[in-house]
Amino acid sequence: MHKTTTLRGQSADSTGFVSRSTVKSSPHVEFIGRPVDRIDGPFKVTGRATYAYEHPIDGVAYGYVLGAAIAKGRIAEIDISDAERAPGVVGVMTHRNAPPQPDFGPAVTPTVPEVFTRARPALNSDRVRYYDEPVALVVAETFEAARAAAGLIKVRYDEEVGTYDLQAHLSDAYAPRRTNAGLATDSVVGDFESAFAQAPVKVDATYRTPFEHHNPMEPHATIAVWSGDELTIHTSAQTLANYRAGIATTLGMPPERVRIVSPFVGGGFGSKLIIHADTVLAALAARVLQRPVKIALTRQQMFANTGHRAEMIHQLRFGADSDGRLTGISHDVWSATSSFEEYCEQTAAFARSLYAAPNRLTRHRLVRLDINRGEWMRSPGEAPGMLAFECAMDELAERLGLDPIELRIRNEPTQDPERGVPFSTRNLVACMEEGARRFGWQGRDPVPGRTREGRKLIGYGMAAAIRPNYIGATTARVAIDRDGQVTARLDMTDIGTGTYTILTQIVAQNLGLPLSSVKVELGDSLFPRTAGSGGSWGATSSGSALHQACSILKQRILEVARSSEASPFRGVNVSEANFAHGEVRIGERSARLSDLIRDIAPDGFEAEGSVAAANATETYKAYSQHSHGAHFAEVAVDCDTGEIRMRRFLAVIGAGRILNPKTARSQIIGGMSWGIGAALMEETVLDRRYGHFVNHDLAEYHVPVNADIGAMEVVFLEEHDDKANPLGAKGLGELGVCGAGAAVANAVYNATGVRVREFPITLDKVLPGLPLTAI
Amino acid sequence: MRAFTYERAGSAEEAAAAVANRPDAKFISGGTNLLDLMKLDIEQPAHLVDVSRLPLDRIEETEEGGLRIGAQVRNSDLAAEPRVRSQYPMLSQALLAGASGQIRNKASTAGNLLQRTRCFYFYDRNMPCNKREPGSGCAALQGFNRMHAILGANDACIAVHPSDMAVAMAGLDARIETLSPGGEARTIPIGDLHRLPGTTPDVETTLGHGEMITAVTLPPPPPGRQLYRKVRDRASYAFAMVSVAAIVEKSGDRIRSARIAMGGVAAKPWRATAAEQTLAGSVASDGAFTEAAEAALAEAVGHGDNDFKIPLAKRTLRHTLAAAAVERA
Ligand SMILES: Cc1cc2nc3c(=O)[nH]c(=O)nc-3n(C[C@H](O)[C@H](O)[C@H](O)COP(=O)(O)OP(=O)(O)OC[C@H]3O[C@@H](n4cnc5c(N)ncnc54)[C@H](O)[C@@H]3O)c2cc1C
Ligand code: SF4
Repeated sequence: MHKTTTLRGQSADSTGFVSRSTVKSSPHVEFIGRPVDRIDGPFKVTGRATYAYEHPIDGVAYGYVLGAAIAKGRIAEIDISDAERAPGVVGVMTHRNAPPQPDFGPAVTPTVPEVFTRARPALNSDRVRYYDEPVALVVAETFEAARAAAGLIKVRYDEEVGTYDLQAHLSDAYAPRRTNAGLATDSVVGDFESAFAQAPVKVDATYRTPFEHHNPMEPHATIAVWSGDELTIHTSAQTLANYRAGIATTLGMPPERVRIVSPFVGGGFGSKLIIHADTVLAALAARVLQRPVKIALTRQQMFANTGHRAEMIHQLRFGADSDGRLTGISHDVWSATSSFEEYCEQTAAFARSLYAAPNRLTRHRLVRLDINRGEWMRSPGEAPGMLAFECAMDELAERLGLDPIELRIRNEPTQDPERGVPFSTRNLVACMEEGARRFGWQGRDPVPGRTREGRKLIGYGMAAAIRPNYIGATTARVAIDRDGQVTARLDMTDIGTGTYTILTQIVAQNLGLPLSSVKVELGDSLFPRTAGSGGSWGATSSGSALHQACSILKQRILEVARSSEASPFRGVNVSEANFAHGEVRIGERSARLSDLIRDIAPDGFEAEGSVAAANATETYKAYSQHSHGAHFAEVAVDCDTGEIRMRRFLAVIGAGRILNPKTARSQIIGGMSWGIGAALMEETVLDRRYGHFVNHDLAEYHVPVNADIGAMEVVFLEEHDDKANPLGAKGLGELGVCGAGAAVANAVYNATGVRVREFPITLDKVLPGLPLTAI
Repeated sequence: MRAFTYERAGSAEEAAAAVANRPDAKFISGGTNLLDLMKLDIEQPAHLVDVSRLPLDRIEETEEGGLRIGAQVRNSDLAAEPRVRSQYPMLSQALLAGASGQIRNKASTAGNLLQRTRCFYFYDRNMPCNKREPGSGCAALQGFNRMHAILGANDACIAVHPSDMAVAMAGLDARIETLSPGGEARTIPIGDLHRLPGTTPDVETTLGHGEMITAVTLPPPPPGRQLYRKVRDRASYAFAMVSVAAIVEKSGDRIRSARIAMGGVAAKPWRATAAEQTLAGSVASDGAFTEAAEAALAEAVGHGDNDFKIPLAKRTLRHTLAAAAVERA
């Protein structure tokens, strides 16, 4: 059965990587803050990292999901007889013979956490709620046999007329009770409408952001193994606790009997926070067939079945006095949502904290379509919200004749503009100023369309970045044995972000041991429960819990050391103890940590540490906590074809203490790449006749490739947020995408003078505004 | 994907006979297109005849001074071949602008010519598509048709042929050598290989069942400067929105001859003969290039999302001709 995956830290040398990401470290040697190479890197590049579908399980059968050919209606007839007789087929499951499951229930759960724990039944009804929703599962001895047999199933549908057009149904928009993350649907400060009416300078711009899909490299895949009434799920999950709870509710079993295993995750981007059909169907089929079953969704199936970012229409209205001081800010969002499960991205929520203005308005409205539910995707809220908002700010700067940075500086708030509390740290202005200096921003011609190199139009653009800092309730366990070897365990996941690495650094530093003495074990729900990977809170939540576990562990060691006969510290005041270089030192006395433990506690020590959810703490209420940054983009636009290509991209980031500048940089450049995608190419087209996502593969859903990226640079400003957590660190995974796309879009405008308000900015939208250039 | 049987042919003759023997048999070469289509049940051959290991992987000079490219020459190898790079540069440029390094390493010359359209609706079995299921209708016509044809299409089908290589070959007047199941060889001008949709968009080429492509021959390198320009939504790994292969031969200020082929606009590589004629003998100037571009797109029809291809193709053509007309330093 499953062997726990163990990654042992390797001693890390500085890689020279800092030359691009500048972080100053404290004088004495520290692991935190060093650009340690990824501990899991060698496992991944040598194929030893085992992904969900790859765990070797004896007797496993292969499932293949058949999806609905319509987007709304009922299954009138489903004929599985040919499929059942096909070679290698072990079983076929449809709504007629699937084990009973609870109903899906209402579109909105009574509380926010229930979104994650609610039942998500599959094949439990003849209703089709969205295109490609599972209507049958074929299980066979091989994947190929299952897929071939699925092609033999005949389904007759009673099709109903569905709704697929957001724009056409704006009059049906409704106000949800809350947005994602439980935030307020609307916020109102002062009287925006009058302020806007009276403002001498205004922008009123409508932007559209399209459907987008997460598209992690590793598809959603599960192997389900029953042993008696215990269920083990090997899957690709960001948050094990959600998977455990979701499966338990769906199958009507106690969560304690469900074990989720997910040591390596090939990307999630928010699409692996809750269970999907692969997990539910594998668990059901394995129970019915009494043998392990594995299911991977195909890339095409992922588009319909594993969530998306919804299409949105944004209206941005800014009023300013002639000096460029904002008198009113308003961000209205109309977003598509699913007819059966509400998801309201908190798209305008960031606008509540970004700039100062006495009169403010943010509102979220939803339009129900017959599509699957939206899910958390790559900085939910800020990613589409700032894309529109920061472009509209660029429009305002131009209208005022102000430099975009100057406009933002003039509207820099002294405290959170809606909550009226101070910021824990806020270096937005410093980020913009440092970025302007490094980027050569003063070389930008504020008049668009005037800078040419050969047949390329060159443009510069910038945008601000802001993202709230969260901490999710997390527990971690750490143990040290008589050889001084440390094991940390928690049900955290590493979705490619570097979690194994930074947690190893945190433990090693706390205990004063080399990285090679620390092994971090993740991705198993037998370990203490964490908030998982999501919301950019993974590093700080798990890191803080481990930090505390290490402190408690040290206390335990010292308590015994003070009273033990065998200890050199017997009777000494241990409050001054220092763990470093593999030693414990108190005043003049010292001992190797491993010797000490062998002498005083041959069975070793163990300790658990935890952090509470941040929003439950007083500090969180007393401060507005965000990470900030500034993006600077240079693009070249072909004057004949309108093709837009990135040249340079710089991000300056203020996100608290940087735990590992190498993994942090990777996170930020990943975010910037998604920003390029959102600005220039990512869009899933929903066919308004059939309700299906038309371009549902990676040949036609474009994400940026290497050639699209240009030169990227990331600079971290020195920052330590003592209000955030004991580490002084803040979340940054998603910060990289916030505002990034707007910087690119603003650069396109600066290059061409064409303001495209419908994302992505593809060449066809720029072309009509490009005059013919002499040959 | 349906279950299928597989055989590896020992010779071209054997391969052609093996496919001809069964109506449900197909050749397979690199498989980069066929296997994808089989996985999605778009193609459902019951028997595959693998021609990828046949000794048709050489590039030789022809007696007349051209090149004979074996059907199995890999796209990467063809692009890197020194004579191709120096004498037929636009073919090399077109190949390198296509797909990805990995795919080009697998893809064969014949397979590239015969790759099928990327029309989204063709790829989705639940959608009406005359090409996949004759008579079912064309979902793209009123649907999302940003990538679709502006030339030579009709209401039956507006799909485009996605190849870059074939566009350069069309500009180079390549000829396709085939072997029929009876053992008879024939040569088809590339312009006659692919068919426009007409009333039978499912019939895409003039090849008979079991007729195998054995080689592509290029005439001696044409005089003039060659250029392949591909316009696409991202810098790499994207099919052409519009592409232009142009050869401009000058004599002093005047254009002696020009050859133009376009990709991304029709169900076949599109030779712009009218534009070629307007250019022949005219002074190399913006006016002449613009006039040629207008002539090339005179018959173009948009279908909504792809309307932009008409001005895009004109602008791309105008500039590519101008760039090709610049004397080499
Ligand atoms: C993601 C992606 C992106 C791509 N991007 C591009 C691009 O930008 N530009 C571009 O030009 N192409 C692109 N391609 C397509 C690629 O070039 C083709 O898939 C490839 O050239 C096909 O060659 P193959 O040998 O693999 O053909 P196969 O898949 O083996 O065969 C294709 C067809 O040719 C037939 N066939 C093969 N050999 C013979 C023969 N000797 N005689 C008769 N029939 C034969 C087969 O029966 C089949 O019908 C892309 C492909 C993918 C998957
Ligand atoms: S354009 Fe052609 S291939 Fe596409 S749906 Fe219409 S008939 Fe089918």
